[in-house]
Amino acid sequence: MSLLTPDIGLLFWMLVCFGIVFFLLAKFGFPIIVNKVDERKKFIDDSLNSAKAANERLAGIVKESEDIIRHSREEEVRILKEATEIKAKIIAEAKQQAQEEVARMIADSKLAIEKEKEKAMNDINNAIAEMSIAIAEKIMRKQLDRSEEQRAFVDKLIAEAQSAA
Amino acid sequence: MSKKIFTIAIILLFSLVSFADNRLESDSVAVATASEGKMNIPEFILEHIGDSYYWHIATYKGHEISIPLPVIVRSADGEWHLFSSSRFEHGHSSYKGFKISHSEKYRGKIVETSAQGEEIRPLDFSITKNVFALMINSSILVIILLLCARWYRNKGTTEANPKGFVAAIEMFIMSIVDGVIKPCVGKNYKRYTPYLLTAFFFIFINNLMGLVPIFPGGANITGNIAITFTLAMFTFVIVNIFGTREYWKEIFWPNVPWWLKVPVPLIPVIEVIGMFTKPFALMIRLFANILAGHSVIIGLVCIVFVTVELGTAMNAGMTVLSVIMTTFVNLLEVLVAYIQAYVFTILSAVFIGLSQAEPHHQKSH
Repeated sequence: MSLLTPDIGLLFWMLVCFGIVFFLLAKFGFPIIVNKVDERKKFIDDSLNSAKAANERLAGIVKESEDIIRHSREEEVRILKEATEIKAKIIAEAKQQAQEEVARMIADSKLAIEKEKEKAMNDINNAIAEMSIAIAEKIMRKQLDRSEEQRAFVDKLIAEAQSAA
Repeated sequence: MSKKIFTIAIILLFSLVSFADNRLESDSVAVATASEGKMNIPEFILEHIGDSYYWHIATYKGHEISIPLPVIVRSADGEWHLFSSSRFEHGHSSYKGFKISHSEKYRGKIVETSAQGEEIRPLDFSITKNVFALMINSSILVIILLLCARWYRNKGTTEANPKGFVAAIEMFIMSIVDGVIKPCVGKNYKRYTPYLLTAFFFIFINNLMGLVPIFPGGANITGNIAITFTLAMFTFVIVNIFGTREYWKEIFWPNVPWWLKVPVPLIPVIEVIGMFTKPFALMIRLFANILAGHSVIIGLVCIVFVTVELGTAMNAGMTVLSVIMTTFVNLLEVLVAYIQAYVFTILSAVFIGLSQAEPHHQKSH
């Protein structure tokens, strides 16, 4: 039956046609398509992975920035506190220093006044001694010897008078 | 999704056209034969599923409209001849000693008459209807796939996803690669992917084009034994050329009790026969399925003309039945077109996978 016997001519042309089709598609067709689709699959997988990694990193960054903000808040509070302390301390120190200075100045001036007073007293004493001597001279009408002995005696008298006063 | 529906719609449309045209074609032929007498259904079917030196399109008022095809033959004296098949005037005349036989043995083939008056078959490489259709279908296939490949080469897959037609082709390709080739062939699948995909698409497009009855389609290509024989031979050659040592060992020295191998090599003989039955099954399966599909469709269409003599009412009823049945079978054939291409590919892949056998881990006896 002719249906079951392969025709030599058709066999030949089939071999030629299929051979050419096979050659063309195997060289320029399927490998390109299949490779590109594989590439795309790989690309999508890679993209998914990197997106995941990026998300993770983003989450990390958010946490980090929160940490930084929290840390800086703490720092701020701490610095403010320190500043307040320092302020109080400085003020206290300044007060103390001022007080000390004032006290010192008062003491100095007291001392100076004392000295001046003593000096003035001495001057007054001397003047009184001179005057007393002069008065005594006049009273006694007598040129008294102005020796050192005399003078010491007068001073003694004055001191006695002073203490009596 | 809508693209997919669109593609399916196109395929359906094709099958409807196919059915309509089968009818038209048969109609005209029937009219022609009716004038000569009763219609010879088996011959009519055989003529449609067989090969021809013309591409018959229609018969209009007893006048045949067909495309003549080139005849390439080598006569008995070793001379090559190339001429148009229109020289035969549809088998009514001879040319350069060649004629189209009407005998039982070489019906419809070109023969020349020897000195003894016997018909002998010359070496015949004519571009017949099947060869011509084969060339057209091959060109369509190559163009479609190279255009798709060009899209991939130009665009680069990291830039864009294919859409529309390219995406449909990609779906077919990747369903075969991921669903058939990878699991069936095993780890060396990359090497066999081009062949298996070519086989799939070649069979698929020829099956589909066979269902389109208007000009570039309608030839019964994959339902021709020469075609399926060649395809099966390709698989056979690839299986046996790239077979591993283990594959050959399993054929000639399989792991069975020794008395099955020596002195009578029972199992090796069975295995060797198996080497040939595998591609033989491939060849017959595809051939028979497509041939049967074409025959059934034409047979169903013929109901219309056979029932003419049963009266108008009967004829009208049977025509409706014929239309329904033909539509149904045509849709079925679209399914078969895919399934047979798929089955051929999956079996080829399995055979190749078997020939890639790796040594088993030997059990310690």
